[in-house]
Amino acid sequence: MKNPAAETEGAPEAQIPNGGAAAAILSAGVGCFSIGICAWLGDAYAPLARFFDFYNPTGPLSGVTTSAILIWLVLWIILSKAWSRKSLPMGMINLSAFLLLGLGMLLVFPPFGDFLQGK
Amino acid sequence: MQMSFREFVTAVHGMGFGAFFLLTFSGTLFELRRLCGSGGAPALGGGARRILHVYLIALCVLGWCAVFSGAYLVYPWYRAHPPAGTTDLGEFAQRKLMSSPATAGWHNLGMEWKEHVAWFAPIAITMVAFVMISYGNDLSRHRQVRKAVFGFAAAAFFAAGIAGFFGAMINKSAPVQGGAPIVIPGGASE
Repeated sequence: MKNPAAETEGAPEAQIPNGGAAAAILSAGVGCFSIGICAWLGDAYAPLARFFDFYNPTGPLSGVTTSAILIWLVLWIILSKAWSRKSLPMGMINLSAFLLLGLGMLLVFPPFGDFLQGK
Repeated sequence: MQMSFREFVTAVHGMGFGAFFLLTFSGTLFELRRLCGSGGAPALGGGARRILHVYLIALCVLGWCAVFSGAYLVYPWYRAHPPAGTTDLGEFAQRKLMSSPATAGWHNLGMEWKEHVAWFAPIAITMVAFVMISYGNDLSRHRQVRKAVFGFAAAAFFAAGIAGFFGAMINKSAPVQGGAPIVIPGGASE
């Protein structure tokens, strides 16, 4: 495992542990991915589209975004409680967060979503 | 001059919240660039730090207002289904776009992409603001955290840019219309 302190190499020692930032970064990645996967599932499966129809005038978009926001915020609270006083290896957390962000971006891009559904 | 209530709300959503959100980005990216610069950033004083915090919170508020007003005020008007037999689709923007192969792509690609990707922006920028406010000058000592913050800020800008572009183009092809007229004084010709 990489030494978490390595990221501050050449700089004065950090005063605040990076755990709080790590929790915010990873949960933001998960939140973005959640929008992508919920949107794709709602588009691919009619029963899920009906499930996501929380507010009929807005349609499934209301449930997709509400679900993703809830996942993001709940995860952020949980990770913050667990990590806020810790220094963590940020390389792996950044990689995971950017992968999730990228996957989420791909899933909401209609030609990619349609391709996955075989349309 | 006059505009309908729905046009007014759409303008507030896009040209108010959305455009100001994109404009406000420049300051955030400038501050991030300052923090990410080589040699470390000079520490901000109390007054400048407070202004930065207000600026970042305003950015988040604009982002969330843009997506919520879009999804819960403008989008229901956009996707409304016309009663059977309706021939004038002026108040049914989605149906109007889909009625012609020349404009259907604005919905099938533009709106389908915009309505979801836009939400990436406030989620990402809330994280960016939280980290910048929580860590303040100490952020200059967390290189990996700065990288993530910068990356997510860029992603938020990209997402908001897509949403803004398609929003403008869709509204140009099939504007959301209807509701009570709002008269803007001072626009009458002499």
